[in-house]
Amino acid sequence: MSSIPDSLPATVAQQAAVAGKRPRRNPYLFFLLRRIGQALIVIFVVTVVVFALLQMLPGGPARGVLGVQATAEQIAQFNHEQGYDRPVWEQYILFLGRLLAGDLGQSYLLNMSVTDAITQRLPKTLLLTGLSLVIALVIAIPVGIFQAVRRNKGADYTLSTIAIVAYSTPSFFLGMLLIMIFSQNLGILPANAPQGETIAAVLAEPQRLILPVLTGAIPLVANFSRYMRSSALDNLSEDYIRTARSKGTPFRRVLSRHLLRNSLTPVVAMLGYQLPVMFGGALVIEQLFNYPGMGLLFWSAAQSSDFPVLLGCVLVISIATVVGSLLADIIQSVLDPRTRGGIA
Amino acid sequence: MSFMKRFSQNRLAVIGLAILVIAILFVTIGPLVYPTDQIRTVLESADLKPGVEGHPLGTDSLGYDVLGRLMVGGRTSLLVGILAGLLATVIGTLWGAIAGYVGGIVDAVMMRIVDAGIAIPAIFLLLVLSSIVQPSEWIMILVIGFVSWLVPARLVRAESLSVKTRDYVVAARAMGGSHTRIVVQHIVPNTIGTVVVNATFQVADAILLVAYVSFLGMGLQPPATDWGAMLSDGLGLVYQNAWWLILPPGIAIVLVVCALNFVGDGLRDVFDVKGKTA
Repeated sequence: MSSIPDSLPATVAQQAAVAGKRPRRNPYLFFLLRRIGQALIVIFVVTVVVFALLQMLPGGPARGVLGVQATAEQIAQFNHEQGYDRPVWEQYILFLGRLLAGDLGQSYLLNMSVTDAITQRLPKTLLLTGLSLVIALVIAIPVGIFQAVRRNKGADYTLSTIAIVAYSTPSFFLGMLLIMIFSQNLGILPANAPQGETIAAVLAEPQRLILPVLTGAIPLVANFSRYMRSSALDNLSEDYIRTARSKGTPFRRVLSRHLLRNSLTPVVAMLGYQLPVMFGGALVIEQLFNYPGMGLLFWSAAQSSDFPVLLGCVLVISIATVVGSLLADIIQSVLDPRTRGGIA
Repeated sequence: MSFMKRFSQNRLAVIGLAILVIAILFVTIGPLVYPTDQIRTVLESADLKPGVEGHPLGTDSLGYDVLGRLMVGGRTSLLVGILAGLLATVIGTLWGAIAGYVGGIVDAVMMRIVDAGIAIPAIFLLLVLSSIVQPSEWIMILVIGFVSWLVPARLVRAESLSVKTRDYVVAARAMGGSHTRIVVQHIVPNTIGTVVVNATFQVADAILLVAYVSFLGMGLQPPATDWGAMLSDGLGLVYQNAWWLILPPGIAIVLVVCALNFVGDGLRDVFDVKGKTA
C-alpha cells in the first residue's frame, strides 16, 4: 500500500496493476458501484441499530400502543398479531419488509402514521436548512478565499478566531442572543417562525424566517470558511496559479476563474458530511423558534416518549445523511477525477 | 525545541489553557469560597436583578443564586464533558487501531459500523436514549462517550495503517510479539499525537453535546443542573430581558469550548499532526 512512490493518489486501475491483477475495464464504473455498495451496507447497519433500539424500549412496543392499562392477555395477543413473539431475526425481516413498503409504524400520540407525519414536516426542515446552507456558502466562500490570500496577516487571524468562537457557540445560545437583540431590544424582527401549513405559506412570511435561518447559517459559515481557507491555500501554491499569473492574468480573475473552481471541490465533498450537523442544528432551531418542521416533531416526540416517531425520524435523517455523502462523493469524483480511487 | 516552549509560542493556546485552569478552579474551589444553597428553592427572593440583596449575578425564577448555580452547574458540564470526551477517545483509539492493524474484512466491517454511526446524528440518538433511560451524570458520560467515538476511530485507523508497516512492528512480530501486545505497545503509542490532539476537540464537542441535551430538557433532573439546563430555564424569561440568566451560562460554555479548541490547535502544532481543524 505504501509502496507506490507517486505522490498522486493512485487510480483504481493503477492499484489493481500494482496488486498484479488485470486492470478493470472501467475503473470509474467500478468506483461508483463500490461506493454505492458501501452506502447500502451503511444503511443496512443503520436499520440494525434502529431495530436494536426498538428492542430496548421499556415494556416493548405493545405497552406503548395499548397504554399502561392493557392486561397481560391483550399484550400477548398484540405481540402475536404484530409478530413480536417470533425469533428476533424474523422480527428484523418483518421490520425491514415494512420499512421497504414505506411503513414506519403508527405514532402513539399524533393519530397518524409516522410516514405521514414525517412527509408533512420534512419539506419545512429542508427549506430551513437549505436557506441556511445557501447563505452560509455565499458568505463563507469569499471569506475563505480572502483569508487564504491574506494568510497569516492580521485579518486572517481575526477571521479565524471569530470562526472558532462561532463554532464553539451552541446554536441555541446564538439563537437566544439574536432574539434578545433583534426581537426584544431593537424590536425589528419577530422571534416566532412562520406557522403556515405549506411551504408557500411559510415563504409568505419571510421576515419570520430571518432569525431562524441566521441561527442556522452562522455556525455553517464558521465551518465552511475554514475548509475553504485551507483548500484555497493548498491550491494557491499550485503551478497553474503561477502560470496564470505569469501570463499576466489580473489577480482577481485568477481568483474567480482558476482558484475558485479548483478549491471548491473538496468543500463540496464536505457538504455531505455536514448534513448531520445541519439536522442537529435544525432540531434546536425549530424548538427555539417554534418552527413546525421535523426537528420540532422529533423534540415533541422525545418529550412524550413517542418511540415510533423518534425512531422513524432517526432512520430518515440517517438515510438522508448516507445518501447526501454518497452524492457529495459522486459530485466530487465528477469534478475532480483524481479522487476516484482514493476512497477507503 | 521543547514541548512547553513550542506550545507557549501559540498565544491563543496559552490563553485557552489559562481559561481552562480558571474554569476548573471556578467549579471546584468556587463553591467553597462562595457557598450557596442550590437545593432548596427560595421563592421570596426569586427573579432578583444582579447586585440586589448580595446576589452578584441575581437569582433565577426559583430563587437560586445564579453565580452559585453557575459553579454547581459548571461542575456537571465539565465533569460529564471531560469524562465523556476521554471515554470516546479511548473507545475510538482502540477501535481504529484494531481495525487498521487487522485490516481486510474485519477492517471493512468495523469501518462500515463507524460510517453508520456517523450517519446517525449524535444528538438524535442521545434524545432517544435519554427517553429510554433516566439520565444521571454517569449515564450521560457513558451514553455521550458511546455515541461520539467515531471521529477518533477514523483518524487512528488511518495512522494505524501506516504504523503497522514500519520495521519495528514487523520486528516485533518476528520476535513473536502477540497481536494484542503490538496494538497496545506499538500502534497506540505511535498514534499518540493524533489521539491527544483529537481528545481535546472531543472534550469540547462533548461539553457542547451535554449542553444540547440539557437545553432540550432531556438532561439531569432538577435541582441538579448544568450550563445547558440553566440556559433552558432562562429561555422562558428572554422576553423579560432577564439577560443575567442567559449570558453567564452561555458565555461560560463558549469560553470553555473555545479554550479547548485553542489548546487543541496549539497541541496540533506541537505534535505536528494533521487532522480536524476545529
